[in-house]
Amino acid sequence: MRMKGLLVGAVLAATAVTPALVSSASAQDTIYVPLFSYRTGPFANSGIPIANGMADYLNMLNERDGGIGGVKLVVEECETGYNTEKGVACYESTKSKNPVVTNPYSTGITLQLIPRASVDKIPMLSMAYGLSASAVGESFPWIFNPPATYWDGLSMIIKYIADKEGGFDKLKGKTIGYIFFDGGYGREPLPLLDIFAKKYGFETKLYPVPPAEMQNQSGQWLNVRKDKPDWMIMWGWGAMNPTAVKEAARIKFPMNKFVGIWWSGGDDDARPAGDDAKGYTTLNFNGVGTNYPAIQDIIKHVVSKGKTQTQPDKVGENLYNRGVYNSVLIAEAIRNAQKITGKKAITGEDMRRGLESLTITQARWKELGLEGFGAPITAVSCKDHNGHHAAYMQQWDGKKWVKISDWISPLKDEVRPLLEAAAKDYVTKNAGWPKRTESCDKPS
Amino acid sequence: MLCVKPYGMLCKIFVVPFYEMWDLPDIFVQTLWEGLVGGTLYSLIALGFVLVFKASGVFNFAQGIMVVFAALSLVGLHSIGVPAFLALILAAGIMFVLAYSVERVVLRPLVNQPDIILFMATFGLTYFLIGLGELIFGGDPKVMITKQLYIPTGALSFDFGGGRVELQKLDITAMVVASVMVAGLAVFFSKTRIGRALRAVADSHKAALSVGISLNQIWVIVWFAAGLVALVTGIMWGARSEVSFALEIIALKALPVLILGGFTSIPGAIVGGLIIGIGEKVGEIYWGPLLGGGIESWLAYMIALAFLLFRPQGLFGEKIIERI
Repeated sequence: MRMKGLLVGAVLAATAVTPALVSSASAQDTIYVPLFSYRTGPFANSGIPIANGMADYLNMLNERDGGIGGVKLVVEECETGYNTEKGVACYESTKSKNPVVTNPYSTGITLQLIPRASVDKIPMLSMAYGLSASAVGESFPWIFNPPATYWDGLSMIIKYIADKEGGFDKLKGKTIGYIFFDGGYGREPLPLLDIFAKKYGFETKLYPVPPAEMQNQSGQWLNVRKDKPDWMIMWGWGAMNPTAVKEAARIKFPMNKFVGIWWSGGDDDARPAGDDAKGYTTLNFNGVGTNYPAIQDIIKHVVSKGKTQTQPDKVGENLYNRGVYNSVLIAEAIRNAQKITGKKAITGEDMRRGLESLTITQARWKELGLEGFGAPITAVSCKDHNGHHAAYMQQWDGKKWVKISDWISPLKDEVRPLLEAAAKDYVTKNAGWPKRTESCDKPS
Repeated sequence: MLCVKPYGMLCKIFVVPFYEMWDLPDIFVQTLWEGLVGGTLYSLIALGFVLVFKASGVFNFAQGIMVVFAALSLVGLHSIGVPAFLALILAAGIMFVLAYSVERVVLRPLVNQPDIILFMATFGLTYFLIGLGELIFGGDPKVMITKQLYIPTGALSFDFGGGRVELQKLDITAMVVASVMVAGLAVFFSKTRIGRALRAVADSHKAALSVGISLNQIWVIVWFAAGLVALVTGIMWGARSEVSFALEIIALKALPVLILGGFTSIPGAIVGGLIIGIGEKVGEIYWGPLLGGGIESWLAYMIALAFLLFRPQGLFGEKIIERI
């Protein structure tokens, strides 16, 4: 009986000690990269390809190069279901494992975690989503949202529309409809839309889609039919996107005048509407297709070896490549942090420095095997955590996305002062918001 | 232009919407049609809830996920090469197996337990089916096999009031199928022996058992019927959008329908669904813009609550007087 008790005690003690040993070993020999993802729930159609792209690129680096700088990456997914509470739970469960970055993949989760980043010394990458104002590095030293903010996205869409209409002056008297996911994400660009409407003299019509009605939008689109806007802009996600494209086709809205943000441009967003979706246009900031050496390496080292959750024919689709882009930013920031600090196994604080001086030139994109995959990342700095980089327009041809424009720069001169004002407002409203004390590194 | 100060807001509420209905009759007719289609589909979802509630006194929280599970089964079977109509039959078979399993594993061990226990059991069933569905079919959305099931697509278009009214063939099919299904179930449960047995079970489990009605058999039949309703609902909603786990949320639209129509009334589910469907669409189109749009999600509850002020038992619900 006593022996049995001792054995049980020994097993329990070993169970308690082992994770600590593993954790300490991991911290020295590996770099832990948690990926918050959502493969389940109403947003899975958008979440799955992104999760696959993110994981596959990092796993490819492990397989092909043995990690980054000779250090293996420990890639671990945490399922959030695009639910803010679950996202916070993922953060809590991963932060003790010394993550180098938080990658929430949800504006709602990002907004909840922003105040924690500086406390826990874990930088957050909210790539082209989250709080637009977090682009202001002086106020948000631990948050990064390259390559462009939602406000940049809206300014690019308005610029594109103005270009098609024959100039900004031609926007006067036009009506632009805005259909959006009625949550933090969809409401984010509203203040800027209001400012642009006043400045350029167009009228806006708003069509919010409550989360519970994502697949039941006939009311919104009947209103579109009644209001007859000249253009429609969409900020949709998850099941909202394919439903909106189908409904737009049903009311015979001219699809080439229906423009989505980069999160409304998945292949599975347009495909269900078939030929009726032809002409549907969205912003994009990453290349599509598999015609890149790095994507071929993913196929060779990860997909063909069955070390992925993706279906082979989905590799190269837009949101898959978006996930790859996200992981390129993470990987390059890790590499940069290793270079700055001279360490191999970096910490969250090192990663923050790596992100803050991140540069990916055209030549570097080529070195990565991704020539032309994204616009050069050259403007991220201590002051500017976004860079306000360019994006392009793509159009659905019935089967795939086709690039239809050159790189479009955002209206940075108009957007940046507004972002700074919004950041100031955020700091004022959050009493006791810490002042920046972090030092500043030169760009890599 | 129509409204002048100081009556601006009153005018926008009480005059402008009716003026717009008159001025753009095609949009008004289209709105009514969309409401009718939506309402019919709500009725169908509500019917699934009513059937189970009548037989077991349980509010089946799992009805929403049953819609998703049934549609995923159909599409999943077809994707592995099963012909569409065989897949349809097999999907119905899966719903029977589910009904049988629910009766054996969930309901039978909980006989005579308080209603809240059974209600919580349906919560458990919901999460079980979500997990099972994701495990088998994955979380990514699927395209409904509309063409393979010979469900017509495209639209019938006609000029009306200086404009155009479009009736999607898919919606017409949904209306017809839902109506036939509702009528069939109504007749089955009111005119057949099983229907009478169901009503007896709904009144009292013990009394029904004492006259030789098999409670277990009735439960299997009712859950199977609810599964068939879920399958049809899944096909129709899935064809309008896509088959994804987001469909589960739509099923909650049946709640205001049930509040309005009563939990035990099949005609209540039908009429309630139509009132909610048409009411929310008309409200969204003509009064929604005044409130910032997107009012459908709560307007349905407002309509139901307004009715409850006058008929607390719902439109067709039974007025129950209990001694306290």
